[in-house]
Amino acid sequence: MSASVGVEVTVNGERRRSDVEPRMLLVHYLRDELGLTGTHVGCDTSNCGACTVHLNGEAVKSCTVLAVQADGAEVTTIEGLGREDALHPLQEGFWTHHGLQCGYCTPGMIMASADLLARNPDPSEHDVRDALAGNLCRCTGYQNVVKAVLAAAAEMRGAEAQPEKQEVAV
Amino acid sequence: MGVPGAEAAERTEPRGNGFVGQSLKRKEDPRLITGRATYTDDMALPGMLYAAIVRSPEAHARITSIDTSAARDHDGVEAVFTGEDLADLESPCPMVWVPPGVDVLVPDHWPLARGKVGYVGQAVAVVLGRDKYGVVDAAEQVVVEYDPLPVVVDPEKALEDGAPIIHEEYGTNKVFEWSLPGGDVEGAFRDAEVVVEKRLVNHRTAGAAIEPRSVLAEWREGKLTLWSATQIPHICRVILSIQLGLSEDKIRVVAPEVGGGFGSKLQVYGEEVLACWCARKLGKPVKWTATRSEEMSTTHHGRDQIDYVRIGAKRDGTVTGIHVKVIQDCGSYHLIEGPVIPTFTACVISGCYDFAAVQTDIVGVFTNKFTTDAIRGAGRPEATHLIELTMDELAKELGMDQLELRRKNFIKEFPNERPHGFIYDSGDYDGTLDRCLEKLDLEGFRREQAEMRRRGIYRGVGFSTYVEICGLGPSRALGPTGWGMQGGYFESAQVRVHPTGSVTVYTGTSPHGQGHETSFAQIAADRLGVAPDVVDVIHGDTNTGPFGKNTYGSRSLAVGGEAIARAAEKVQDKAKRIVAHQLEAAPEDIELVNDRFQVRGSPDKSMSLTDVAGEAYIPADLPEGMEAGLDETCFYDPSNFVWPFGAHACITEVDPETGRVDVVRYIAVDDCGPAINPLLIDGQIHGGIVHAVGQALYEQLVYDDDGQLVTGTFVDYALPSAADVPSFETDRTETPSPTNTLGVKGVGEAATIACSPAVVASVIDALEPFGVTSLDMPLTPMRVWQAVEAARGRGEGPAATEQGRALDEHGGGAAGSGPTGPEEGGAS
Repeated sequence: MSASVGVEVTVNGERRRSDVEPRMLLVHYLRDELGLTGTHVGCDTSNCGACTVHLNGEAVKSCTVLAVQADGAEVTTIEGLGREDALHPLQEGFWTHHGLQCGYCTPGMIMASADLLARNPDPSEHDVRDALAGNLCRCTGYQNVVKAVLAAAAEMRGAEAQPEKQEVAV
Repeated sequence: MGVPGAEAAERTEPRGNGFVGQSLKRKEDPRLITGRATYTDDMALPGMLYAAIVRSPEAHARITSIDTSAARDHDGVEAVFTGEDLADLESPCPMVWVPPGVDVLVPDHWPLARGKVGYVGQAVAVVLGRDKYGVVDAAEQVVVEYDPLPVVVDPEKALEDGAPIIHEEYGTNKVFEWSLPGGDVEGAFRDAEVVVEKRLVNHRTAGAAIEPRSVLAEWREGKLTLWSATQIPHICRVILSIQLGLSEDKIRVVAPEVGGGFGSKLQVYGEEVLACWCARKLGKPVKWTATRSEEMSTTHHGRDQIDYVRIGAKRDGTVTGIHVKVIQDCGSYHLIEGPVIPTFTACVISGCYDFAAVQTDIVGVFTNKFTTDAIRGAGRPEATHLIELTMDELAKELGMDQLELRRKNFIKEFPNERPHGFIYDSGDYDGTLDRCLEKLDLEGFRREQAEMRRRGIYRGVGFSTYVEICGLGPSRALGPTGWGMQGGYFESAQVRVHPTGSVTVYTGTSPHGQGHETSFAQIAADRLGVAPDVVDVIHGDTNTGPFGKNTYGSRSLAVGGEAIARAAEKVQDKAKRIVAHQLEAAPEDIELVNDRFQVRGSPDKSMSLTDVAGEAYIPADLPEGMEAGLDETCFYDPSNFVWPFGAHACITEVDPETGRVDVVRYIAVDDCGPAINPLLIDGQIHGGIVHAVGQALYEQLVYDDDGQLVTGTFVDYALPSAADVPSFETDRTETPSPTNTLGVKGVGEAATIACSPAVVASVIDALEPFGVTSLDMPLTPMRVWQAVEAARGRGEGPAATEQGRALDEHGGGAAGSGPTGPEEGGAS
């Protein structure tokens, strides 16, 4: 065991400071140090994607990132994406289209989908399946996950288009 | 083996607001989609210790010494225990199948090994300490010396004379041998004009829930609480009581949010007992969570069956009989029910066919691998696989269309008693096949297939028409005097209306993704005249609600849902008596219409459930002799199993040059009786299909000759991803079961039971021009390519020639072009 080092990470908009072992994984930092247990561990080998979070706006598998690598960075977890009374369109989509069963892969699946939609707001089914190839689900067979992401994409495009329409109306 | 009669239950029509049958969004989802759910590993308790387990790297060895001194001295370590320390356990891990008249060998399987190990990954010592990473460091400092013994991993070799004996005390690796015959099997083959024989290997797979197993045990004030990622908290408590020598009133087992099971958490694992023992010993909470490698090597495996099939038929296609010899690899030790699993193969060995004679002979075998037990489908996927692929071969042998052969032999009369005594409750096998073919357009596909073959593109179609046994089950059939399971298989429910008219339902089931909080609320709501929003379904905690039998074997709805319906009916009956008393009418004149209990013919005279609850809990004016409260319980033990069925069709494209297989189209028509929530049924079907596509194409637990698991992570155990599968076409027919008042069957395993032969048959059909007639799963590119090469090597006439021409003209098979762009897929 080596001496602890200080890390400062802005997590879900809140600046957090902790002393951690240099070997501590980001996912354990989030879960055990900060109590953000919505991010899950499924495989330890970066295959399943249950631990997906956003690091400086990009999806990463937090079981493959050290907490010290996130020093000075901004991290968004599922808890920061939306709340029960203010759901993100992806969360709404997964709920409406039954895109989850046991829910264990879901936070990672939603964070990976959010990353896709940030890069590609109008994905095809193929794009969604391709983008989620690193997020494994044993329950859903993926069909409703895909449906949920496509629905959220449409919803978000609609929401973005809305103000423009209003401007025209004004 | 006792088999129950089919006593018909009268269907009760929901009379409330008609929420049953609606695709309601799930009540459980808000917490899951926001990261606010609590799985076992999410919990921490003050003073909690982490456990790390030292596991055997040897598949078969004597333990000659264990030195724990360095680990004990490690910073932050509080204790290290070995098998010797656990000498006060009252029993090893129990196996609950004790079939009358059959000897089953059950070696002692302790939470920590005692003197010997029989599989790689067997727990040898446990290290407990305050730091999650520190205990792993310390575990590496436990020095265990092994004296290796010869290893056997192939179950057929393990049965040969001179094979290494895994448990010397028995002098054999044969765990058990028994047979389930029905009808005149000898006569069937004497009368047969055509006999097809076939050997199929149904390889070993993992449940592979994405949440690894996890346990947290707390000992406080003489009482034990275990939170565990389990499908069976109530059963777990009974077993803990037995093994720990602690009475059940002092044990609470909670299954909090559970991240998938697929049978793999239908178990009481050594680590559950171990964590409890350590927590009691040290007086501190103890948590252990499996790494994925631990999960793959020591969470029970499924399948691993070799089947020798013999089927006899008349020239006109009438099957005279089927005889199957099953070799079941049990691994080196058992857990809760492993050896019973191939029994479920025997139950449905008649498939959906009117076979006059059936026989299944089962041999269980010890090998130096981990335990096999129930994984989604549990014995029934194996049955469908062997029956359907053998029917296809029989059709070819007879020169008959494969679907015509099926239809000719379909059972058409229900209830139907099979020769081995099981009574199929209801069915319409032509109906689901018709619906499947309507969606498929087989003639259109055959034209397209022929046209594509000319361009060097090889697509094929495969079918599976299946029936499954579920709704476990009638206790008198399954219990000690029947099959020999040492337990009952009823389910419990308690329906409690609160003083202000909202409702809590306690169920004995223990869901882990199925959506019981929603579908069960729909069932209760319709019987009480309220909305599902005000019906809370509580599950998975031995401290709340009555003793239950939990969730597995597609039983939760047909047994647990029925228990809720019956308990809710009791509440409704009492409510009607209260309403009748208040409104001065006869109880039989009170009817529930939408959300009102009203006097028949006088809708202006009515009460709501809230009104009724007020009367029940402020009992100033109840009918003479009536107790206060509005709270009823039901223990429902079904009179028969239920028998879901369906027809699946799969179209795959195969690249003969690389051996790559892509699923292009998949049609599933299933019948699980009347739908409670169609949204959830589709979800189960989608997931079930991919589970079986995984087995058919990608997934395999491979042990090398030394007993090392070489596919023990998600890097090498290839679970299908979203990019590997297309979207599926699903449909349903609804044939009610006469067994329960809801008419429901079960759907959790259906698609997994159906799917694998359709996939394999489609690949065989695609490769028909090459002369490939048989393939064992998983259909990895290597295996498919080798089969094509072998078939070509035989140089059998036109098929090989035609292929040669196709290659010359088109330079080899085209890459996949399925709807999902499978070129990016390729899990293997």
